[in-house]
Amino acid sequence: MESPFRSEAAAFRFLLLSIGAFALIVGASWINRWLGLAVFVLLSAGAAWIYVRQRAPRPPRTQIARVGPPDGRRVLVVANETVGGNELMGAIGELALARTTQFLVVSPALNSRLKTWTSDEDPARALAQARLDATLARLAEIGVEAHGMVGDADPLVAIEDAVRLFHPDEIVVSTHPEGRSNWLERGVVSAVQERFDVPVTHVVVDLERAESPVGSDQTSS
Amino acid sequence: MTSHAEAVHHEHHGPPPANQSSRVDPRTLGMFLFIASEAMLFGSFFAAYFFVRVVNPGAPGEWPPEPHHFPVFVAGVNTAILVTSSFTMHWALQSIKRGNRAGFLAGMVLTFLMGLAFLLTQAVEYLHVGFNTSDGAFASVFFGLTGLHGGHVAIGLTLLLIVTIRGFRGHYSPEHHHGVELPGIYWHFVDVMWIVVYSTVYLI
Repeated sequence: MESPFRSEAAAFRFLLLSIGAFALIVGASWINRWLGLAVFVLLSAGAAWIYVRQRAPRPPRTQIARVGPPDGRRVLVVANETVGGNELMGAIGELALARTTQFLVVSPALNSRLKTWTSDEDPARALAQARLDATLARLAEIGVEAHGMVGDADPLVAIEDAVRLFHPDEIVVSTHPEGRSNWLERGVVSAVQERFDVPVTHVVVDLERAESPVGSDQTSS
Repeated sequence: MTSHAEAVHHEHHGPPPANQSSRVDPRTLGMFLFIASEAMLFGSFFAAYFFVRVVNPGAPGEWPPEPHHFPVFVAGVNTAILVTSSFTMHWALQSIKRGNRAGFLAGMVLTFLMGLAFLLTQAVEYLHVGFNTSDGAFASVFFGLTGLHGGHVAIGLTLLLIVTIRGFRGHYSPEHHHGVELPGIYWHFVDVMWIVVYSTVYLI
């Protein structure tokens, strides 16, 4: 549970949660007044427990074992719709020029929560695979050899899966610009920086200004 | 005076920058303190409400006491209007973040109109509810709670009107929309409080 005062979007989500909570409380009250009170107390305690648990000390950072030749580097690239963006292509090209580098590109199978709950994720995986294939083809055109995989809809789960398989020395996360990026709003980049003990590069891809020059906001940890 | 010293002199005019905690964003802290104080204000009114309804030895068996009735259906429609206005508020902010000015303006106008409709409907409800503040403690807490909330809606409408006018004058952009974000947080808070008021006063 995030602080509802952090942003308008957080306040809006808090409103939706409140509507759901009070629908339960009112429904229980119509059955029995004391049951309504019990539901209120339980929901309040649950919300407080989740909030306190989230503020507890975070788990230690994941130590990623180094594999492969000492002069080589392994870079994990994670991107959503921005996977074929010019800024990301430029960043990968620069990394490929610097040292012998192996790339693994992960394209999460983006799916809305509603579709996740009510349907299968095959269409989302097919779209992610199509984006991935196009990106690998573009990378091959500029002389960069890369492998790819479709990941979980949750970017953090997709990254954890890829880290276990690939043991990267660096992680590149590509997002839309601030304000349009769900991943930035959910704090995905900062969560990756906190969770893994390798440098994390954040590349901002503005698909609406695809013709503009490279504009990447790069931060490392 | 060296050129470096001159540069320093020109850069540091006025008082030194205010010291602040590195862990708490001042705008977030300000909004937190404001809404916390508002929650306590509503809390005091709810305390009075529950005292009158539950704790008071002379509490009425029925709520509202006979022969009075609350217009639950009208207030329910009003609730739907207010909740919908939060959706349009959210849409307006998402639109300006994406550079969609038409969506932003449409969202703000719709939000304002729905907020105004809520307030006017509440005024009409007061006129036809059939009791007044002098008709007992239950009437006092009813008008106190709903009136307190109505006052907050009026303040929110003022903020929304300012944002809407500024929007039509070309203010705000995908990079600069803080003036929309904060009224948005306030408006959602007003909605949350109404959900609580409607549930406890009208439904339970």
